[in-house]
Formats: sequence, structure tokens, C-alpha cells
Amino acid sequence: MGRGGVTGTGMRQRAALLALLVAFAGTAIADAPAGARSSRVPRPDVAAGAGGKCVEDTAFMRRNHMALLKHQRDRTVHDGIRTTRHSLANCVTCHVDAKTGRVTGSKDAFCEGCHTYAGVKLDCFECHADRPAAALAVDAGTPGAKP
Amino acid sequence: MSRESSPLPEARWFWALAAAGALVALAGFGAAHYMEEHGHIVTGMNNQIVWGMPHVFAIFMIVAASGVLNVASIGSVFGQAAYKVRAPLSGLLCLALLAGGLFVLMLDLGRPERIIVAATHYNFTSVFAWNVFLYSGMFAIVAVYLWSLMERRMNAWSKPAGFAAFAWRIILTTGTGSIFAFLVARQAYGTALLIPLFIVMSFAWGLAAFLIVQATMFAWNRLALPPDIQRRMGNLLGLFVVSVLFLVAVLHMVNAYFAKNLAFERFLLVDGGVYPVLFWGGYVVAGSLVPLVFLWHPRLAGPRGLVVASLLVVAGAFALLYLFIIGGQAYPLDIFPGYATRSTFGDGAFQAYVPSLPELVLGGGGLAVAFLITVVGVRVLRFLPQDDLRPAPAAAGAK
Amino acid sequence: MSDVDRGRRQILAWGAAMAGVTLAPGVTLFDLAHGRPPSEPASPKVRWGMLVDVNRCASDCDACVVACDKENGLPGEKTPTSAQWIRKVELKDMRGQTKSLPMMCQHCADPPCVDVCPTGASFKRADGIVLVDRHTCIGCRYCMMACPYKARSFVHEPVTGQRPDVPRGKGCVESCTLCVHRIDRDQIPACVEACAATGHKALLFGNLNDPASEIAQRVASYRTTAIRADLRLDPGVRYQGL
Repeated sequence: MGRGGVTGTGMRQRAALLALLVAFAGTAIADAPAGARSSRVPRPDVAAGAGGKCVEDTAFMRRNHMALLKHQRDRTVHDGIRTTRHSLANCVTCHVDAKTGRVTGSKDAFCEGCHTYAGVKLDCFECHADRPAAALAVDAGTPGAKP
Repeated sequence: MSRESSPLPEARWFWALAAAGALVALAGFGAAHYMEEHGHIVTGMNNQIVWGMPHVFAIFMIVAASGVLNVASIGSVFGQAAYKVRAPLSGLLCLALLAGGLFVLMLDLGRPERIIVAATHYNFTSVFAWNVFLYSGMFAIVAVYLWSLMERRMNAWSKPAGFAAFAWRIILTTGTGSIFAFLVARQAYGTALLIPLFIVMSFAWGLAAFLIVQATMFAWNRLALPPDIQRRMGNLLGLFVVSVLFLVAVLHMVNAYFAKNLAFERFLLVDGGVYPVLFWGGYVVAGSLVPLVFLWHPRLAGPRGLVVASLLVVAGAFALLYLFIIGGQAYPLDIFPGYATRSTFGDGAFQAYVPSLPELVLGGGGLAVAFLITVVGVRVLRFLPQDDLRPAPAAAGAK
Repeated sequence: MSDVDRGRRQILAWGAAMAGVTLAPGVTLFDLAHGRPPSEPASPKVRWGMLVDVNRCASDCDACVVACDKENGLPGEKTPTSAQWIRKVELKDMRGQTKSLPMMCQHCADPPCVDVCPTGASFKRADGIVLVDRHTCIGCRYCMMACPYKARSFVHEPVTGQRPDVPRGKGCVESCTLCVHRIDRDQIPACVEACAATGHKALLFGNLNDPASEIAQRVASYRTTAIRADLRLDPGVRYQGL
């Protein structure tokens, strides 16, 4: 290429580049931590869950619940270890919504609410029941009933 | 470049073809998305026919991919100069067909979003796990091979790269054949003969695919394939077609010899409905005997005959794979030898299968991916075989 | 009797009582090799198995199938795409004699499905139960091609209303789990329970490795076969009267 740099260097291109940089900077400033509190996406209003106290403390759970579940599932499925502390079924039993009886199904449901807010796909309940065993007693007579 | 200077209409043709290929590939993606959203209930597959039309397309493309590299191997490994100039195109087609086949295979999974799991969890008693390495290794090795062929400074490496590619591709086809060879439970599979059969099939189908693409490129550039090369490649294709026919005959003959397999062979070859039609009409006659006529009959042989024969061989390949993969599953498992069985799960019953539109579109999408890679590749880089080229004679109308 | 002797007798009596109390649960539950606490992994010392008495299986009865569907949350309808973990197979031999038997995952000791699974999702637990780890299953259906008994089903549609003990979903392959969630709670599989309830008592479940268990004794005394025995898969499910 004989010509140097970006094709057609000149005042107009430099102004456009500057405008682009300012726009990026603007969005970066707008996304400062303080701005996140009053961001466009409303934070979900999830209930704390039954019992008043989780098996681990909240901050730990927020960061590590996926790792706990992942390790527990391998131990349960492959080794048959069925301790309940970190089992998904146990989580569901406490954390169901008092009204709907599920951890999915609305933007304020315990699992689905935060996952939608965080933009992380929630894969578990494609296979796992999203409500505790007792709630299914009504459907017990009809196998595989679609509620 | 010995090509004539490209006038504007040719560029338009390229963009039109590339766009068409991209559209069909996109449709294939769409079909896969539809299948993933709704589950495989929207396909013709069920608990008896678990591998359907997408696998027919995918296995064809993967087997042809490993076989098309043969053209390059005959050049680099066996030192035939006429094939050596065809090596780069052969390498490109290998990559293209492999990509297309894997496109279909991976998108037909029950959980295609779990490809990462397949790439990180390995059970090495499974051929599928080995195939993950064989297929990705193939991409890498062929890429290096192409580089050694097309980069002048690397030309000295083309022979060792060619050897490596040849060895790898034989192992890859062995892996593909092993998928079926290891299935002890089924009468249609579970035999070691499938591995050499797949290797010879790859020779035939790969060469046929190569000839089709080569003829198209030559016609596009208004060039003629030198008659001696055309004759040699035609003879080679004929030899491969006969070899496949022989191995298929041996497979069925030996299988039918055992009393326990006779009913299955009769189903496949005599009274199984669509399967005997596909075997005799589709594969034997249209896919093997008629191509041989077009290759070797004194009046029909020629550049046109070569292309017609290649197209028929590809059609025959699809017929053979359909009855191999789907026919093999349509016949019930022989769980209780000596008993007639009946159940709610299809025991003792032949399972009907009708390919559904999403499956066909997904398969077509895979072909389109291969097509797109080829079209873009030959446009951008120098893949046209550089024989002693001369323009096509006006009277012959080589199109 | 001297005080020392009385003291000794008391100790002996208490000792015997304590020993009895400690041992008794083990003795009565010995049949099912009970007592594995939830925190303990499954043990290879146990090999769960099932014995099907074909002579007692009635042609017009499908209590085992209904029970399995209900226990595992399977759809009741029987179509080519529906999941069927257990099925009744009607047999008729070349001379016209008919038999009926249930067919399910045979829980082989050398399972072809485990050999062919690319991700290792299809696996054999230490106590012999062959399972699918649905977290790792990619839905390639190779295990379905490999299974000699056509035991596996693929889930063709989205699933809702799953039983909490039995997670299952679209896109994965599944088969009879020998009611592993019940076994781990010291219960027996639902099909065995249902068959006993009908009075046919064609199904027997137990620990094949425990010589005192009923199943081990029956298998040792009567002629039982494995289906497709020539494949040498050593299934945990054996059939008597076939």
C-alpha cells in the first residue's frame, strides 16, 4: 500500500475518531459503580427463603453456589453420596417462593430472578424439579403431568 | 495466474454463489435451532431410528473429506506429478467437507450447547472421543500441508507433511468405520470388515467429489482437462467403484451365510421396502454400474462422462449410507433369538422412518458450508490445478 | 451366688444385650446390605441385581411398567418417541409356546453403552448400577446404538413436572436406574414393589454379592440365564424360566 495509514487521512476522519472516543468515554463514565445502583434494569426482589438462615452465608453463596452444586452433583450421581447440605433439592425446598411454590417462573423467583438479572442462563431446571417433592403430591397420580 | 482477466459478470457470479451458499448454511443453522428448541420430536428420528438423515449427510461428508485428500497423497506420497498439482485443491476440499460434516454432526446432538463438555470430558474407550482428536488434528495437519504446498519456501516440507496427512487420514477413516464396527449388538454392524470398506469408500467418494469440483472449476475458467489426466483419473475412479462394490458384496454375502443374519439380509436386500430399492437401484445400478459405463464405454467416456459418473457415484453413496445407517436400525434387535417378540417399544417390529424437513435442511446446510468454503477458497487463493492448460476447443463445449 | 458372680452375670447380661442391640439391625437388614449412610459412597462390595421369574410373569399384567412410569415421572403414552424404561415383551417361540417378561436396562458388568459414551456420561456406579450422568450427556445417542437390549430412551421433547428424585430433560439419553434414588434410601425398586403387590411376585431385588440374600441363594440354586448371554456382558438382571 503506497498511501500511509487509514485511507483518506484528514480533518474529517480525525474529528470522527475523536467523537467516537468521546462517546466510548461517556458510556464508561455512565457505567461507574455508583450508576449501577440506579441502572435501567430493576434488581429482582427475591424472598430470603424459609428458615431464616442458609447453609452458607450469603456473600459466599453468591460467589460460589455454582461450584458447590457442581461438586455435589458429581458426588451424588457418581458416588451416591446424598448429603443434603449442598444438594439442589435441599436448596429448592427452602428457597421456593411462598406464593408460587417454585424457584422459577417469575422475575422475582429465587433462582430465575437473579439469573435473569445477571444474564446467566439457568440450565438446571430443564431437568431438575423446580419445586419440592411435597408440592408434586397433587400430581402424583398422573405421571409426567405438565402443570 | 493463467486465468483470463476477470470481467465484472464473473465477480457477480461469485458473490451470487457465495450468497446462495451462505443462505443455505444459515437455513441449516435455523433448522438446527428449531430442532434444539423443540427437541428431536420434530424430526423423523425416534427411539428405534436414533441416527437419521443428518448422519447420512455427515458420514458422507466426513468419509469423502478423508478420501478427497487421497488425490494429494497420490502426488506427495506416491510421487505422481499430475496429482501433485492437484494437491492444494484436494487439501481445500478436505477441510471444506470435514467442516461441513462436523457442522451437521454437532448440530444434530441432543444438546449441541454441550460441545464444550465433549471437548473437555473424554472416555477413551469410545471411538467418538478419539474422533474429536482425529477430526481436529485433521484440520491442523491439512492446514500445515496446504501451507507447505503453497508457500514456496516450505515446499521441501510438503513430502513429510503429505506423509503425515496420508497416515492421519487413514487413521481418521478407520475411526469413522470403527464407530459402526464396534457395535457388537447389531446385525448390520459389528464387523471389522467395515473399516477397510470405509477406507475404500472414502477413496471412491473423495475422488468423485474432487472430480466434480475440478470439472466445475475448469468449466468456469473455460479450460479443458488434458485427456490423459482425465483418462487416468477416470480409471482410478472406476477402480475404486469396483473395489467398493466388491467389499459391499463380500459384506452382505458373508453376513447372509450365517443363519442368524439371514432374515436381516433378506430385509435389506429383498423385501424391506425402500431399502432393497435403494441398494439395487440406487447403489448397485445407478451408483456403481452406470458410472462404470460412463467411465469406460468408448463412446460415453470423456470429460462429460467423468462428471456424470462422479455425480452418480455421489448419489449412490447417499443411497448406500441411507440403507447402511437407517436400514440397519429399522430392523429390530435380535434380543431373543428363536422367538417372535412384541412390545410397546418396537421389539420385533420394523420401524418406519420418514426424513423430516429440518433434518434435510440441516444436511443441506452442511453441504452448503462445504460449498461456501470451497467457493471462497478457490476465489481467494490459487487452487486451480496448474496443468499444461489450454483453452477448451469451441466444438467440444466443455460445460 | 457371690456378689462377684452376680456382678459378672450382670456384666455378661448387659454385654449380650448391647451386642444384640448393635447387631440386630445389621442382621435383619442384612438382606439389602443396608446401613450405607448418605455421606458414604456406593461400595463395590455390593452388586445390586434383579431376578425375573418368567413363569410367574403374567401376560396381561403391566404393573411394573405403570409403577416405573409413576415413580420416575415418565409419560404414560407409548409411542416410538416416548421414554420407556421398562417394557413388557411378549415372546412366542417357533413351536408356539408363549411367555411374557419385563425388559429393562440389564445393568451389565461390562456395559457396551459405557464403552461407547464419548464423555463418560454413561457410567457404571461402584455397586453395579449403570446410569447416565445427565450433566455430561451431550445427546449423541451412541449408547442407544450400542445397547444390545434397546434399553435406552432419548428424550425428544421438553420435560416439565419432573419428580425431584428423578431429574430428566430434553436432549439427554436415559434408562432404568434400578430406582437408585430408592435404593439409596434402603427401599426396593418401584417395579419390584408393584409386582409383589399384585401377588405375582415375579421380580426379586437384592445384593448379588451377599450370599445370604434371597436373590443370591436363588441364583445359586436354580437355573437362571442372562439375555443375550453370548455377548458375555454379565448383566445384573437375570431371568429364571426362560
